[in-house]
Amino acid sequence: MTDPYVRIRDLGVTFTGGAKPVRAVGGVSLDIREGEAVALIGESGSGKSVTMRAIMRLNPEKRSRIEGSIHVGGHDVMKLGARRLARFRGAEVAMIFQEPLLALDPVYTLGAQITESIRRHEPVSRAEARARALQLFERVRIPSPERRLDSYPHEMSGGMRQRAMIALALACRPKLLLADEPTTALDATVQIQVLLLLRELQRDLGLSIIFVTHDIGAAVEVADRIAVMYAGRIVEEASARDLMRAPRHPYTIGLLKSRAHGAMVKGARLDTIPGAPPDLANLPAGCAFAPRCFLAADSCRRDDPPPLVALDGGRTARCLRVEHTHPDAIGTPAH
Amino acid sequence: MSPPDTSRADSARPLNGAGEALLTVRGLKKYFPIRGGILNRAVKRVHAVDDVDLEVMRGETLGVVGESGCGKSTTARLLMELIEPDEGELIFDGCKVGSRELPLKEYRRQVQMVFQDSYSSLNPRLTIEDSIAFGAQVHGTPKREALARTHDLLARVGLDPARFAGRYPHELSGGQRQRVNIARALALRPRVIILDEAVSALDKSVEAQVLNLLTDLKAEFGLTYVFISHDLNVVRFVSDRVLVMYLGKVVELGEAERVYTHPQHPYTAALLSSMPSMDPDHRTEEPPLAGDPPNPIDPPTGCRFHTRCPSIRPFCATREPPLADVERDHAVACHARVPASGYHDDAAAVPDPEKITA
Repeated sequence: MTDPYVRIRDLGVTFTGGAKPVRAVGGVSLDIREGEAVALIGESGSGKSVTMRAIMRLNPEKRSRIEGSIHVGGHDVMKLGARRLARFRGAEVAMIFQEPLLALDPVYTLGAQITESIRRHEPVSRAEARARALQLFERVRIPSPERRLDSYPHEMSGGMRQRAMIALALACRPKLLLADEPTTALDATVQIQVLLLLRELQRDLGLSIIFVTHDIGAAVEVADRIAVMYAGRIVEEASARDLMRAPRHPYTIGLLKSRAHGAMVKGARLDTIPGAPPDLANLPAGCAFAPRCFLAADSCRRDDPPPLVALDGGRTARCLRVEHTHPDAIGTPAH
Repeated sequence: MSPPDTSRADSARPLNGAGEALLTVRGLKKYFPIRGGILNRAVKRVHAVDDVDLEVMRGETLGVVGESGCGKSTTARLLMELIEPDEGELIFDGCKVGSRELPLKEYRRQVQMVFQDSYSSLNPRLTIEDSIAFGAQVHGTPKREALARTHDLLARVGLDPARFAGRYPHELSGGQRQRVNIARALALRPRVIILDEAVSALDKSVEAQVLNLLTDLKAEFGLTYVFISHDLNVVRFVSDRVLVMYLGKVVELGEAERVYTHPQHPYTAALLSSMPSMDPDHRTEEPPLAGDPPNPIDPPTGCRFHTRCPSIRPFCATREPPLADVERDHAVACHARVPASGYHDDAAAVPDPEKITA
């Protein structure tokens, strides 16, 4: 098997700016193959965005301590010098954010922002860069793209701005796209358009995508594989299909059960996960989920966090009692 | 006497035959002026809520869904009279709001609201018991009594009063703060609670806890809810009836399961099929609608959905469809659903655009 395109090993991110150091990410390992879309899902404070930002070294360097290693397409991200890092951002990896209005520059037209970013990375003429910007706008299906290149961000609707930001991210032909809650601020009918656009770009351009979201539904629409984060760690990782069919970590099980979904009986109670996510500055010993877990035993509350357990079908879960979550049926991995 | 004919559309009859209207809204309108030019005159208007009629039945949960700019939050604020409507009237339990029988202050005691942002809804300088007891004191309850009730309510929403009563809002998590806001809404023994995206900012695992709490409280205190949310799954779970809004207009109103399983308005149908599938083997293949919702500053003429509608007739661009019953307890504002609307004549007179291209 070839090396994965992205290889994250034992990534730890501790923010040291506050009164107490906060370990936002505590040992994340993740591989992403070329052309694969992986979703990181979790609640606020689970470390999903911080993990993704670490791939582009966007976490504030003076106020954070970063451990572990990240390799992307042969680059050792932790060791990149300033110039190579600037080249790496944009040409190898690009990122889109939740709120395009904050991510785009309000005083330049979109055409100017895209051509600038192309010419910053490649020695091409202004006209050439503009032609490429136009192609990008067509690629992300912005109506009347020629005219829209001369628009300012505030002149566009929310969905159009998100498309424009995707076009900007793709300006230098990156191989990896990082998407941080890209559809959370969008309306339902627009969200599905953007999700399908991401899927289409993954397929047509062979992009690898890391998609951070708290919305399992959005993750399922885009991702081949899903990694569930809780309190700074990946607690379960599986193909989207396996995860939805038979979640194995008690947190994932609880999360899927607690959703209000279609065919529920009126007035029925939702299955809930008791309590609230833990304080990252003050994590309990053992498994961070143990205080809320329906399966927890004394061993879960002792010593170190549980290790990742490899399960059938190439999936993993970080749980000592994972044999108890095996579906009672045959439970063979999906083909 | 002939037996009652249930199929007959009768606009005078309340939509939910079993209940009776607790809160009736007629002809509600709110336009926000956009000022500009040298004289700072209103040059344009945002049509936030445009001629909305609705009834909230006693004891029901009325879900309100729609995309941003559809007017659902403005409707909520109008229902509380937090902003003044340009036109329209509110009738609560048979009395006109603001009349001598029902002054605004008394109405607001009976109708309370919970907002999306749990932090900015609370005064950061007041302990949570003071926040909760404040309203009752304004309405004349002695402080001691108000505090005693506050402690009862805190316990009722799942916060131990001994631990939480003296805390400040920043010392609580988002889910706990939203419980405080719910307790505060209950402090005046209201009959209606308007929940404007009340669970939307919560993490999923906490959201489920708060939804269960709302279900319990409704049964215990005999409440009526107006539940506004963009989350279609949650609205389906909590609502008895659902109101779908698009650009300031009600486009569909009916019994929740019926609307979700048999949407009659093309917008409702598109909105529902925009929900992510949750099944990796059957992912959505085509977006049901293209483009964004139009700007409510210059809403389209005629049917406001005609610019995105998959089954438009030329007729739709000029004439506005009224909200009409299509079956029992199910009203839709779409020409295609009303046999006498002229939509079908129009189809015959003007060839279907699809047929032209074929």
